[in-house]
Amino acid sequence: MAAKLVFLGRLEDLAGTGELPVQPGPLDQVLAMLDPELAVELLGERIRMALNGALLAETGGIVLADGDELAFLPPVSGG
Amino acid sequence: MADVRLLGDPFDPAAELAAFTATHPESGGVVSFLGQVREGDGVEALELRQYGPLTLPGMERLAHAAQARWALDGLLIVHRHGRMIPRDPIVLVAAAARHRRDAFAAADFAMDHLKSDSWFWKREQAGGQWRWIEPRTEDYNDRARW
Repeated sequence: MAAKLVFLGRLEDLAGTGELPVQPGPLDQVLAMLDPELAVELLGERIRMALNGALLAETGGIVLADGDELAFLPPVSGG
Repeated sequence: MADVRLLGDPFDPAAELAAFTATHPESGGVVSFLGQVREGDGVEALELRQYGPLTLPGMERLAHAAQARWALDGLLIVHRHGRMIPRDPIVLVAAAARHRRDAFAAADFAMDHLKSDSWFWKREQAGGQWRWIEPRTEDYNDRARW
């Protein structure tokens, strides 16, 4: 099993993929394995996160477990 | 009472509106808004991306909020995702009510929120190049009216 990162909008282009399987663990360790440029973008203040489909109000101290899906959501531009 | 759909394939807004209106013979007013892919500015295609766990549930919450706020007989929200070309319908909102003001307000409210805080990401293709569209300040201002 693994955890999964999901990249929406322009983050998908930056990551070069819409989904990325990662080793479970604390988020800072997960991000440390990524391209630093991507990691910086993912932590941008306009990027929101959803863990297993639920929006996170507080993004500190996240630890990904097996099967978790963490989505990175840039500002929306719909309609 | 609300009909909320997120579609990956083209839809026929006239047929949707006719069916919705026929379902609400008791309503004195039906207000609808259709958004379509603009022709011009060299735009060749538009793509809307959604996120399964958030996008449709958010649209359903928006419909409930509109129904709680205005006296509606029915509310229809049909929204595309995926790749579209100029003239393709993107979104259809229709509100049916006994009196027109409730229908106008609910449709306006729904559109402002679909534009500014629904979970869609948009990119346009022009000259063969795709470009992600950032939210516009006007969209946030429109939402703040409510």
